[in-house]
Amino acid sequence: MLCDICNKNPATVHLTEIIDDQMTELHLCEECARGKSMQMEQQFGLSDLLAGLAEFEKPAQQKEAVALKCANCGLTYADFKKIGRLGCSDCYSAFKRYLGPLLKRIHGSHMHLGKSPLKATATKAPKKKIDLTTLRYELQRAIEREAFEEAARIRDQIRELEKKQLQNSPDAKE
Amino acid sequence: MKINDLLSQTSEWLKSTGPNSDIVISSRIRLARNLDKIPFPHWSNKKQNEQVFEIVKEASERLDYLKNTTLFKLADLDSIDKQFLIERHLMSYEHAQKADQKAVVIDDREIVSIMINEEDHIRMQVMQSGLNLFEVWNIINAIDDGFAKELNFAFLEDWGFLTACPTNTGTGMRGSVMLHLPALVMTRQINRVLSAISKLSFTARGLYGEGTQAAGNFFQISNQVSLGHSEEELIESINGLIRQIIEQEDQSREALLSHSKSMLEDRISRSFALIHSAHIISSQETLELLSMVRLGCDLGMIKDIDRKTINELFIITQPAHLQKIENKKLSAQERDIKRAELIRNKLKNDN
Repeated sequence: MLCDICNKNPATVHLTEIIDDQMTELHLCEECARGKSMQMEQQFGLSDLLAGLAEFEKPAQQKEAVALKCANCGLTYADFKKIGRLGCSDCYSAFKRYLGPLLKRIHGSHMHLGKSPLKATATKAPKKKIDLTTLRYELQRAIEREAFEEAARIRDQIRELEKKQLQNSPDAKE
Repeated sequence: MKINDLLSQTSEWLKSTGPNSDIVISSRIRLARNLDKIPFPHWSNKKQNEQVFEIVKEASERLDYLKNTTLFKLADLDSIDKQFLIERHLMSYEHAQKADQKAVVIDDREIVSIMINEEDHIRMQVMQSGLNLFEVWNIINAIDDGFAKELNFAFLEDWGFLTACPTNTGTGMRGSVMLHLPALVMTRQINRVLSAISKLSFTARGLYGEGTQAAGNFFQISNQVSLGHSEEELIESINGLIRQIIEQEDQSREALLSHSKSMLEDRISRSFALIHSAHIISSQETLELLSMVRLGCDLGMIKDIDRKTINELFIITQPAHLQKIENKKLSAQERDIKRAELIRNKLKNDN
């Protein structure tokens, strides 16, 4: 028996597929079977799983969400539930209310703690960690070397950083 | 560089030069990135695909890190070429489907590869031999920074990098380590290890990634979670897990040596003899035999072949590699004969 897909190699893998209650048998060679199994994994596994994760507590919520549509690319929340993929970066903002809990279920968190592309653009100079301890140390070194101009610059940096930290501290908000 | 130039070289990740390269074949990190506003490849039209292709191509030409790279448009490659690149782990199976405006950028040493218009606009990958995730991270991080200066990445402060599939959102990072674990399989400890891995939200897959079975005792372990941890934390946790698995494999090897040495020697020398003398051999059988030969090499039982040669054999005996070497299409039966011939010649030359 030859493979149903390539019709070249002998079929060694026998597969039963059920599509819309119709049972079909496929006889495939090793190679085509490998391709097929990957295809199936991509088709079913993930989007089904995601759809399950995105279930809502109340049916009303579900209705409301399904009608949501991304203004940038036109993908609806119903599309997302069906294919398990978002349409564009704006979908994240369009479906924000529903994606938050979904991300939390997938990753156990919905707070990004990794790198940011903005930083890479902003600091083109070699990256140096600027913190108070380093600056104070550098100030000390500059004074020792009698490099007073540099020392003054570092002193200003320290003052600025101290001011910023004060503003960001919880006490400052009260 | 042409695709055929790759045939005569050994990919960097196969050289068996990295740390722990007895048990660890390779370390790989991929980052998923998208351009802001432009629909993701599965939801975009032809014009948008073209636009992404042009933007990313131009950006990659400007990056110093990508100086020694070549861009291949998938539409220009035949099916054997595509399969060839998949076998060398330079692109994914998914990327080979529907060629529209897809491309892959590959560096001369096969350390870096960048897929354009895969599931995300950009999927970059860096690969090295052995357990070497931190070095891999340094390289890919620098490439990513380079791209970030050129391109407007889809990114939200709260959720990080935005990807087509929410399972990649955040860092967009997946670190994978490929391990050879014959002793854990032989001592039937592997299922215990694999179930522990999945409980810790890592995944274990076969040699060729998603949906493939573990063949030849090879397992690819990678992180599943991409949000809520920094890249370094994620790498640290994979690294820690891999170190434990290495220890378990080492213990199993020692247990086999002390309790079942004759059985082990028998299996290894039979495999070595068989692979030396076979005239027809399937890829599955090749993987299984080479796995045993590799173990024999690690344990010092087989001395007249080195790990690099064995690693190379794993790749050049794959279907597309065989057809490239022979420079023609071969049926499965023809391949089984050529494969056996190639292995015999390679082992003869190396001795």
